[in-house]
Amino acid sequence: MDLELGEERLQAQRMVRDFVEREVGPHIAAWDREQRMAPSLLPRMGELGILGICLPTRYGGQGYDYLTLGLVCEELERMDTSLRVIMSVHMGLNSLALLQWANDEQKRRLLTPQALGEQIGAFCLTEPGAGSDVAALRSTARRDRDVYILNGEKMWISLATRADNFLVVARHDPDAGATQGLSAFMVTRDMAGVTTGDIHGKLGIRAGSTGWVAMQDVAVPIENRLGEEGEGFKIAMSSLDNGRYTVASGATGLIHACLDASLRYARERRSFDQPIGQHQLVKQKLAHMQQWYDCSRLLWLQAGWLKNRGQRNTRETGLAKWYATDHSVKAALEAVQLHGAYGFSDEFPVERYLRNSKGATIYEGTSEIHQLMQADYALGLRQDRPLRCELPAWDEDFWLGDDIAP
Amino acid sequence: MHIVTFTRSTPDTAARLTVDADGSVSQGDAAMVVNPWDEYSLEESIAQAEGQGGTATVIAIGPEVHEEALRQALAMGANEALRMDDPALATTDSIGWATVAAAAVRRLDDIDLVIFGKEAVDTGSDQHQIQTARYLGWPFIGAVSRILELDAAGGRLRVERSLEQGRQVLDCRLPAVISVLKDINEPRYPSFMGIRRASRASIPLWSLADLEVTLPKPLTQRLKLEEPPQRLAEAELLSGSPAEQAGALIERLEKEQVL
Repeated sequence: MDLELGEERLQAQRMVRDFVEREVGPHIAAWDREQRMAPSLLPRMGELGILGICLPTRYGGQGYDYLTLGLVCEELERMDTSLRVIMSVHMGLNSLALLQWANDEQKRRLLTPQALGEQIGAFCLTEPGAGSDVAALRSTARRDRDVYILNGEKMWISLATRADNFLVVARHDPDAGATQGLSAFMVTRDMAGVTTGDIHGKLGIRAGSTGWVAMQDVAVPIENRLGEEGEGFKIAMSSLDNGRYTVASGATGLIHACLDASLRYARERRSFDQPIGQHQLVKQKLAHMQQWYDCSRLLWLQAGWLKNRGQRNTRETGLAKWYATDHSVKAALEAVQLHGAYGFSDEFPVERYLRNSKGATIYEGTSEIHQLMQADYALGLRQDRPLRCELPAWDEDFWLGDDIAP
Repeated sequence: MHIVTFTRSTPDTAARLTVDADGSVSQGDAAMVVNPWDEYSLEESIAQAEGQGGTATVIAIGPEVHEEALRQALAMGANEALRMDDPALATTDSIGWATVAAAAVRRLDDIDLVIFGKEAVDTGSDQHQIQTARYLGWPFIGAVSRILELDAAGGRLRVERSLEQGRQVLDCRLPAVISVLKDINEPRYPSFMGIRRASRASIPLWSLADLEVTLPKPLTQRLKLEEPPQRLAEAELLSGSPAEQAGALIERLEKEQVL
């Protein structure tokens, strides 16, 4: 495994750090308190190219690789989880699904405006009664000549009220098997019958948009079906391989933020006539945070390296996501403890880190689901079969070439 | 129109600097960044060149570490980058630096304007800017907060300066040397495409021989470098009602001759 990141990727990461420190850092505590996603955020991220970071330039992207996507997510969540969530749904779950499964016409029509940041993508799998049990989803897609009529409600959808394009998984054939009867569609906000709303009162990620998407007799043209009929479950699962990758790298950034804040406080705060960083049990917390950061980072780097090579990475990505998110909660808990009473107040950012950390152990595969998956891989009960469309390996000539895709 | 900006890599201003026993300065593992004041001069030169279809060239004088700043400038949109280096530069002072800077500008031949950032954040120095202008024989205007008119064809420059007393508008002929303040613009971030272009760019290196100059004898000599004495801050909490506390505060400020 080649872990040399090189100046180009690191510079891209620094640019994102500069952006969030300059334009988000001064406001994030207020946005979080007000449970408000700043309206300027998505246009600004689009303008800077962040929303198209790892997509080929021929589709309007910036041409960087999957490792750079991870670095960007680390940096975004180091500031606030809501920023990384944008990348998880717009890039990981939606745009990369288009890169993997869309035909050339769909890539030009649907992927290009997303890569340019002119349109925002979201992912609609979860329903009020279907989370980990994906096969239980009830949204329907009835074929009627050249359109599918979609009905149903999707819940806990990040960017529900901000996105333009929703990648929706719905049941086209109620008689087919639980997973075989699912298909994937790109539903756009301007289609009649689409309504969306935000959910308030969340524990964390309060500066982000999370909501619901309802579809009532929405006519989706056949050219907006992604993949073949019946490939919806495979498309959803492969999208999660990409979404989970951004969650893993982002959670690593959250651990970094906890470590940064704790180191700063451990040097400044004094007790018993010395900085608290001199006390052994404080040192233990810092050592753990460093350990969790390095382990999380190595795990997502491994997954990113496999993605760059075009190798299947469901197991490695799942492991990275499980480890990094569980340990981001631990790191945030320790950071709050290390800050003492100040950690309990929003005067310091660590209470926000703690609230933000919890969601990622639930979405995109709960920690429990990931443990079952890892055990099944180890027991030989689970094997990844080749897909009709795999996520393409990062190929510099293709990613930076400007000719129209064949 | 051709504009030159000088830049250098400096320790991140958040770095914890220490002076070692041998007088050298350590910055730990802190990153090197573009001299923060230069972000404004770089932005101005790139924006002016873009606006008028000209060229923005960025130059660093010194060892390889300054290439990082040059690449950042290229990533922001500078058209060309050059580095001047020579072993003799290690022991020179601002006069030597200005000699090289002026020689580089002369060699480029078609320069209309040189833009500096306010100062170098690590050395706290700006005298090299005025010395460069003096060597070139060009007018120098400092504390520029706005370029009101830049007419390369007509050889005219009109700028606004921000002074303690207020604003001042000055005209001068081109070519000229100016230094700019923070208020002049909002520096852009490097673009992702720019970062890629910059990281793959080959940056020409010019020696003193290439410039056909010899360094003058330094006029200044650093005798000693030491950390400032630790500030012993004292705090006192005023007690009583808000009105009593305010009265006590005014009394104390008058006593300390702050009011």
